[in-house]
Amino acid sequence: MIVTILDVVIAGLLMGGIYALIAVGLGLQYGVARVLNISHGEFIMLGAFATWSLYTKLGINPLVSLAICGPVVFIIGFILHRTLFTRLRTSSGSSTAYEGSSLLASFGLLFIIQNIALIVWGADIRRYTYLAFPVNLGGAIFAANRLVALSFAIVVSLAFYLFLARTRLGKAIRAAAQDPVTAALMGVNINQVLALCFGFGALMAGLAGLLISMCYPINATMGLGYTVIAIIVVVLGGLGSVLGSFIGGFILGLIGSIVTYLDPGLSLAAYYLIFILLLLVRPTGILGK
Amino acid sequence: MNIAGIISKRSFLPGLLFLILILLSALPLYAPTYTVILLTAILMYIILTVSWAIFSGPTGYTSLASAAFFGVGIYTSAILGKSLPLPVVIGIGGLASFMLALLVGAVTLRLRGIYFAVFTFGLVELIKRLLLWWEMTITRTRGRFVIIVDNNTIYYVMLGIFVVTLLIAYFIRRSKFGLALQSIGEDEEAAAHTGINVTAIKIVTFAISAVFVGAAGAIIATRWTYIDPYIAFNPLLSFMPVLMAILGGMGQFYGPILGAAVFAYLEEILITRFPYYYMLLFGIILVVAVLYLPNGLVGLVQKWRKGGLKRQNANA
Repeated sequence: MIVTILDVVIAGLLMGGIYALIAVGLGLQYGVARVLNISHGEFIMLGAFATWSLYTKLGINPLVSLAICGPVVFIIGFILHRTLFTRLRTSSGSSTAYEGSSLLASFGLLFIIQNIALIVWGADIRRYTYLAFPVNLGGAIFAANRLVALSFAIVVSLAFYLFLARTRLGKAIRAAAQDPVTAALMGVNINQVLALCFGFGALMAGLAGLLISMCYPINATMGLGYTVIAIIVVVLGGLGSVLGSFIGGFILGLIGSIVTYLDPGLSLAAYYLIFILLLLVRPTGILGK
Repeated sequence: MNIAGIISKRSFLPGLLFLILILLSALPLYAPTYTVILLTAILMYIILTVSWAIFSGPTGYTSLASAAFFGVGIYTSAILGKSLPLPVVIGIGGLASFMLALLVGAVTLRLRGIYFAVFTFGLVELIKRLLLWWEMTITRTRGRFVIIVDNNTIYYVMLGIFVVTLLIAYFIRRSKFGLALQSIGEDEEAAAHTGINVTAIKIVTFAISAVFVGAAGAIIATRWTYIDPYIAFNPLLSFMPVLMAILGGMGQFYGPILGAAVFAYLEEILITRFPYYYMLLFGIILVVAVLYLPNGLVGLVQKWRKGGLKRQNANA
């Protein structure tokens, strides 16, 4: 019994780490850059497939491709924001109009990225084995790659949290999140900061994709499911709260793991049910204001 | 060539609409089957988009629940289609969607902005997952077969729903009711203070807009012959009406109609010409349209008409 509980809890934490990473990325894009990025999951998929290609075709260790995929996805996100979303932001009359048009644009991106991936990599399910040896955690047995994924997710999220809390640029980002107009008046280069946030969001999605590809099978249409989970976690944690998204990821992971243990068919239904109940009871999320 | 002058004459527009309606209702007599099927799809998208715009247009609440209402209609048709006559099935499909919208509206319309959008999207997924679970563990079947109806009947039913949807949407927009909705969209607090029963109006409008979506789902299900939760509750059908309405332009009544018609036709052309790249092209068109058509197709039409007027004035 105790081993079962341990099993369920650890499985939940392992999944939760990845959820947290995805949600922190989306939270940054929506909370600061004001883009509800429906194509968030596509960056996850890109990260996953890039890692898969590098590993199976060139034999590059997935943890080494971190150094390749990360910057590439970051630059793609940064450029996308500098060209597409900045243009939309400056031409939109109000922030509500911008939220609408950027949502539409991110939809377009979803179709574009997903279908390019389908053309390049095909519709098959792909997987590779890396660090798949079992590790015993007090009786519960897990593959080593999941533990690596969890620790990477935590390290990246923590590093980012410290970056936000301690550096000058982090302060600029927090200021832009609170009030972009005033932040710009105080000398924050707002276009640069928002594009950076979007790039960081994409970077986290890409890293999450890399970690996902180490543990789970991947395919070109996997993105939207992860986007929806990220949206749920962001709302669960409270919009604009990085810490909230981080904790929310683990909560959702745990809930998913418990429900999967009870009845695997109901885990996704449980996510939505919790999400709907949460919106009704406390729409600002656990750490929202 | 005083085109703008003719268009602005009051008797011209109703006459034109009547002519279009006659042409549409006689369509199966002179057009090939392919055209009938294509027009059925276009009419369906217009119904979905206009229904969405009835509620979400004036109030500014972005609903992503279309797929839920649509799916409820589809499942009604699948469950009752064999035992009841078609008109009754379609009526029940609309009614079931109405009840669902009433329920959802009563609990959720206190949510605002992005929360409402995400909630309604969650609803679609929740119903889909519960149905999947139900089919897998309780009935141990996957999907259902729907009784087949011939293409022309489907077309005429769709045309009927289309006409009713447009009429209701038009009258809501022109009535005091529509004004109340508009003022809710402008400022909900202020609307409540002027004596509008904000909650009741929102819920009723939301529920009315769901009826047509449910009815359209009930009739289109007979074309698909086989359905399962993935087909019936396809999230794309929640997003399409939003995209089509915004790309058409929300400022005018005909914006969503124009948007739905153009993009449904475009989708069909892309699917048949470029079966492998059509979603890619659709995405590119979407991004380009968002960038260069900020007021939708309506904005383009207005610009063009203004340009025409200017040229006339210059000539005069």
